Amino acid sequence: MTRIFRKPAAAAALLLTVSLAACSGGAAGTGTTAAPGSTPGLSGTLTVFAAASLKSTFTDLATIFEKDNPRAKVALSFDGSSTLVSQITQGAPADVFASADQANMAKLSDARLVEGTPAIFATNILTMVVPPDNPAHIKTFADLARPGVKVVVCAAQVPCGAAAKTDEAAAGVVVKPVSEELNVTSVLGKVTSGEADAGLVYVTDAATAGDKVKAIPLKLARPTVNKYPIAAVATSQKQALAKAFLTLVTGPAGRKVLRDAGFGTP
Amino acid sequence: MTLEVDATVAGRRLDISLRVGAAETVAVMGPNGAGKSSVVQLLAGLLRPDAGHATLGGRTLFRTGSPGQWLPPHARGVGLLAQEPLLFPHLSVLDNVAFGPRSQGGSRAAAAAAARHWLGAVDALQLAGRKPGQLSGGQAQRVALARSLATEPELLLLDEPMAALDIDTAPFLRSLLKRVLAGRSAVIVTHHVLDALMLADRIIVMDRGRIVEEGPTAAILAHPRSGFAASLAGLNVLTGSLSGTGVVTPDAGLVAGRLAGAFADGAAGGGVAAVGRAQGLGPSYAAPGPGGADGMAAFPPSAVSVFLAPPQGSPRNCFPVTVTELEPLGDHIRVRAGRLAADISPAATAELRLAPGARVFFVVKAAEVAIYPA
Amino acid sequence: MPALAPRNRPWQYQAVPRWVYVVAAAGALFVLVPLVGMVAKVNWGKFIPLITSPSSLDALLLSLKTASASTALCIIFGVPLALVLARAQFPGQRILRALILLPLVVPPVVGGLALLYTFGREGLVGRSLTVLGIDIAFSTTAVVMAQAFVALPFLVLSLEGTLRTAGQKYEAVAATLGARPSTVLRRITVPLVLPGLLSGAVLSFARSLGEFGATLTFAGSLQGVTRTLPLEIYLQRETDPDAAVALSFLLIAVAVVVVALTYRAPQQPARVPEPTEAAAP
Repeated sequence: MTRIFRKPAAAAALLLTVSLAACSGGAAGTGTTAAPGSTPGLSGTLTVFAAASLKSTFTDLATIFEKDNPRAKVALSFDGSSTLVSQITQGAPADVFASADQANMAKLSDARLVEGTPAIFATNILTMVVPPDNPAHIKTFADLARPGVKVVVCAAQVPCGAAAKTDEAAAGVVVKPVSEELNVTSVLGKVTSGEADAGLVYVTDAATAGDKVKAIPLKLARPTVNKYPIAAVATSQKQALAKAFLTLVTGPAGRKVLRDAGFGTP
Repeated sequence: MTLEVDATVAGRRLDISLRVGAAETVAVMGPNGAGKSSVVQLLAGLLRPDAGHATLGGRTLFRTGSPGQWLPPHARGVGLLAQEPLLFPHLSVLDNVAFGPRSQGGSRAAAAAAARHWLGAVDALQLAGRKPGQLSGGQAQRVALARSLATEPELLLLDEPMAALDIDTAPFLRSLLKRVLAGRSAVIVTHHVLDALMLADRIIVMDRGRIVEEGPTAAILAHPRSGFAASLAGLNVLTGSLSGTGVVTPDAGLVAGRLAGAFADGAAGGGVAAVGRAQGLGPSYAAPGPGGADGMAAFPPSAVSVFLAPPQGSPRNCFPVTVTELEPLGDHIRVRAGRLAADISPAATAELRLAPGARVFFVVKAAEVAIYPA
Repeated sequence: MPALAPRNRPWQYQAVPRWVYVVAAAGALFVLVPLVGMVAKVNWGKFIPLITSPSSLDALLLSLKTASASTALCIIFGVPLALVLARAQFPGQRILRALILLPLVVPPVVGGLALLYTFGREGLVGRSLTVLGIDIAFSTTAVVMAQAFVALPFLVLSLEGTLRTAGQKYEAVAATLGARPSTVLRRITVPLVLPGLLSGAVLSFARSLGEFGATLTFAGSLQGVTRTLPLEIYLQRETDPDAAVALSFLLIAVAVVVVALTYRAPQQPARVPEPTEAAAP
């Protein structure tokens, strides 16, 4: 049974991969040698691999980039940073990689796949989120350590979990989570569904969730700051186009979009 | 136990009214699709009637209307032996037969004892430890018979019990049935006139869901009214006592033939004991061998030749008869002479100048005559 | 009785065109080669330490425990369901069958969400359970429920097919022998469909063992409580790909062993072997 139902899906996935590769392959080689910035001469399709938490901001930035460069297209792929790194090292046709943490960018650097030095373009810190009615009456970070409070955090192996551990240590709060989720979206999901009393997520995630959650700042003197690096992929054939996109993201327009979404900017 | 049933099943166009007396065996015959098996299913509780009622020994099996009554199959006390043995493949022969007594609430030991008793009654005790997959068709059907008897049913239903057996095995089961049906109320669906002759007190002929003819077996076969009964009655049957591979009849003398089925093997092998071993029989059931026991010789009219003078030299049965009737039957003529009939071509009829009252000789090869112990 | 012998011997004609073998081989390779690719990635030097780390052992034990429990649940609810679908006749039966099989085609994450909105703290049923002091979320129970949800159709499908081919004649005969419906079920139906039940249970167990999406969505992920082997693999992949590959290999090995030990291809109802007496003179 398993085979019957899974094989078509796998085959479809295979086809999809093949056709995607064909698309970007077809557009390759049309990159031009124009100067960085919004240069009308730039054309071709730029493939950007970005961390899932950058979905809304990078979608906006891609639209701006295409407006500035009418002959250029941006293809976006969002996923967990580590997933994207393994895809790129396995030969996925990425031109730009934007990571949610420095560790994953370092992995790509170790594989000699980073062009130049990665630039930090955004920062993020953790916040508490609770369901809108705040059933456990959470007011401070220390409230998370109260017995009976159901707290959900990221697992220590993923960046948001590592940050949570550091923040807990800094504040001297011993949280016993009911679940250590595999990614920040799952933490947010458990809080929005009311399953958990509180969760630790990035401020940008809290902003995305809107009024489905209530954000309560941790109020730490020295919060763990998560840094987002971005770089062109060394194997890319469209370095000029990539450089132009990097310039947009780290420039004033990029900073505005990122700050509007709750990110800090360097 | 007396069975009375009066029921209609619209979906199967079945509309019957039937009575089976205590210790009576009724044969249900008729062409394919006549509704014979539906009657069995109706009585077993496997088919629901649209209207009607049935009682068995004073108990109501079903009654439509309000308030209606419906006795589920397990509470009816009606045994069923179908064309296939349907032995439970995961149970041993002994457990198959013990299944009924056990389901009726008997202890494990009592059920096993009952199973042994009934396996003995069908001469299958030596098969008790086997699985159904290790039985031949005839053995399996004997075990199935024991299984249906082990619940001591008030009514036994037999739905073409010999139809799936090969020609060598059927006669033995038939004589076994003759023994166990004595003193029981039973309904047997069959295609074979021999079953009716040997086993049934009464015949019911069905056609298109209705009973078209019924009466004592001998009477129906002597004076068939329905076409089906007439076709059944066509078989020439002579009764008498067994003698070697023939039957000595009071009126026609020795009729030579070949012993049908298993008995033929025994006779050919030169000893009754050999039959007993090959068939798994107890010695007492090897009795219908040469000499003395009741027997029956049967042959089809198509095997009979008609001569004006007795033929010379060949080992054939020859019956001097007087033609009583000529009857066109399809593309041939049926020549009747008292209880015997011959089918010959119209051309031959003309050549022989046959007419009622003519004295002729019916001749049939011994190889065409089947001899059955009755 | 030599006449019996030829009838019982199965015919040997095989109508499989040669090109079918070629396509079949390609299909088999499509499944097998990725497995080989993964095995090739296993760091055998560190294999034992990797799979015997506390978190790995916790995940393995939890997976075996929950998959067994969910298989038991599947049998408890799946057998009656399959019986009703295969034997009974009632209005809406086809729709019921389609709905029961829905977890086969719905992404597991969706299944997890459905469970969450039903048995979660704010859910349809969960709210009442919370009042009674029963809290399913973030518990091992939630893992078992998520696994049973996605695995149940496998058992129902497998068993319903067996029930349909097993035939009701044996059951009818058993009834005429005086067996009540419950007795028929216990002594006839269940033993007859046991091969189908067993393979259905094995499929359910394998599916439970591999469950990821619904568990993640509904039960969460905490070592020793809700973090099963697939979740542990996903998590290890973040920091230690070697551990993820080692655990993947372990998961496959467990599944292969279980399936190989118990699963047999769907069979015809047991063919009657040649009667032993047929050879007698």
